[in-house]
Amino acid sequence: MNKVAVEVNGLGKMYHIGRQQANYATIREAAARTVLSPIQKAGQLIRGKATAASGLEEIIWALQDVSFAVQHGEVLGIVGRNGAGKSTLLKILSRITEPTTGYAEINGRIGSLLEVGTGFHPELTGRENIFLNGAILGMRRSEIGRKFDEIVAFAEVEKFIDTPVKHFSSGMYLRLAFAVAAHLEPEILVIDEVLAVGDAAFQKKCLGKMGEVARQGRTVLFVSHNMVAVRNLCNRSLWIHDGQILLAGPTTDVVDAYLQNSLGSEVADDLNLLLEQLPDDPALRLDKIDIRQNGKPGTVVINGQPIEIEIQYTVREVVRGLRIYFDILDEQGTILIRSFNDDDSDEVPIIYPGTYRSTAVIPANLLAPREYELIIRGTIFNVRQCTGDGVRVRLSVGATSGINRAYPQEPIRSKLQPAIPWSNTST
Amino acid sequence: MNQSRVRIEPASGWASLKLHEIWEFRELLYFFVWRDIKVRYKQTILGAAWAILQPFLTMVVFSLFFGRLAGIPSEGVPYPIFSYAALVPWTFFANGSNQAANSMVGNANLIKKIYFPRLIVPSAVVTAGLVDFVLAFIVLLLMMAYFRIYPTARILWTPLFLLLAIITTMGIGLWLSAMNVQFRDVRYAVPFLIQLWLFITPVAYPSSLLSEPWQTLYGLNPMAGVVEGFRWSLLGTEVGSLTMILLSSLVSVILLVSGAFYFKRLERTFADVV
Repeated sequence: MNKVAVEVNGLGKMYHIGRQQANYATIREAAARTVLSPIQKAGQLIRGKATAASGLEEIIWALQDVSFAVQHGEVLGIVGRNGAGKSTLLKILSRITEPTTGYAEINGRIGSLLEVGTGFHPELTGRENIFLNGAILGMRRSEIGRKFDEIVAFAEVEKFIDTPVKHFSSGMYLRLAFAVAAHLEPEILVIDEVLAVGDAAFQKKCLGKMGEVARQGRTVLFVSHNMVAVRNLCNRSLWIHDGQILLAGPTTDVVDAYLQNSLGSEVADDLNLLLEQLPDDPALRLDKIDIRQNGKPGTVVINGQPIEIEIQYTVREVVRGLRIYFDILDEQGTILIRSFNDDDSDEVPIIYPGTYRSTAVIPANLLAPREYELIIRGTIFNVRQCTGDGVRVRLSVGATSGINRAYPQEPIRSKLQPAIPWSNTST
Repeated sequence: MNQSRVRIEPASGWASLKLHEIWEFRELLYFFVWRDIKVRYKQTILGAAWAILQPFLTMVVFSLFFGRLAGIPSEGVPYPIFSYAALVPWTFFANGSNQAANSMVGNANLIKKIYFPRLIVPSAVVTAGLVDFVLAFIVLLLMMAYFRIYPTARILWTPLFLLLAIITTMGIGLWLSAMNVQFRDVRYAVPFLIQLWLFITPVAYPSSLLSEPWQTLYGLNPMAGVVEGFRWSLLGTEVGSLTMILLSSLVSVILLVSGAFYFKRLERTFADVV
């Protein structure tokens, strides 16, 4: 049997984007274009040539000259910023879209999970959706029948299996969707960000299942933004940047290089995007959030140094009890720390219109080396939340605090890891 | 499927239909059909009665206005059954091609996330429409009993005309669904197109109103052949000419084959455009 499971050679994908605004010299020309262009398009359409985007000037290479090979049984991680071309690569390998140049050769039955719950129909019951979704993912009916009980048990939805899924809670829905996907058993599995759904506890369960799959000797191509998951699951990784492979090699090297590079820019972009998505509030607007360590912006931090959270905001009217605060949550969504900007105030402060900056410092040697969720919000005491669900970011904490250093193989079991002074004397 | 070896590369020109692939994915086709049937009348009050109401009420209106008021001839059978026998295959065609035209866009989410032969999507929609057809057809048989029109051996030909209706519907559905992915104009054009088509098809009137050679040329409209064929095989009315039926069959096969190749040609861009 061929040892190479996936071989990719010079793969490229071009997209037409945007529409160049043509400059019409005269009104008559513009009118003529308006009338003629649909006729020309209709002609192209009949001949099977037209696409809605053809004829547009701007093109973009989402993927360019990508070559790599994956051996049977290998788990390959693919990392890169949003829009780098990772998803395009997976789409080509899953045969959803065709490459523009190059080729890929796949040896073995391939299954792809670019999303969980694809094809779920809200009107159908859980039982019916298991069969439908299984078939969509490429399972045989007999295979689904055989695994049915296992899928239901994994999803923990036994009681509701004959209820239309539109009545499911979003958690149940996701569990069921993932359960079906997790029982797909192709020789080569292609996965994109599936783990980015659900609450932290569920993500953990999914990760466990993924690890299981990886250890069974299946070939897996795994795209994720979760660096911890990539580190745990993949022996080798690719870093794709602007449609090209920037680095390929052992996961540790690739992930480290990627994290080094992505500190700053990506986080700032993401934070600004999150700020834009906040609901509008008459009294408060969050303008800018910076998360820094040692002056370097980023949400991948170490626990041996303090972390600064700087929030700039505009107050638009006189308010009593306007408070800016942050939560640090664990993977189960438990609030470990909640801290308000006026925690130190003796009475409820009155805030006047203007721009403000509040900075919090999370001290060194407090957080444990694990993944947290950081939520930043504004509220008016006894009145309302001003920022909806708030700005939520993942805080990945690495260990450098020196605690536990004599026992590096011993995992840290506590959610927080404050440096508690001990004195040990012999008596 | 087990020891498969797939080479993914850019294709150009007219692609092969890869019908064997559809065979490989036949279970998925089955599930799509099953889903469409299951879901079709969910959360409606009348449910599957819709399958009957549509042609039946049209028949009532046609009988009143065309049969009674306009006095359109009906080849010696009562006008209600004359028009209903045509409306049953017509409704199958009208709903089938309309739903098929929207099927690719309606399943955009699947198309962007999962690979399967795309031909399955419109095929499943048209196949699911057969359930409605059967329900409406049962009413047709009941009406025949009511009007004491008893089928002759000619009824054995009915499945052939049903096949002709399926081929026509598939052909039109494939053309329209592929176009609809590129330009959503199709979505607005289709109901209009089908309405016009109803008038150029001998549903409310017999094709014998036309003189030769126009009656034979009428067969260029494949639905004319279907509708006249249904009446001929079930009600025993006279069909204009055999040539007309053959012409309709030829046109519908051309529609299907060209539609399939056209669909296949555009298929590779679906995921990028839809």
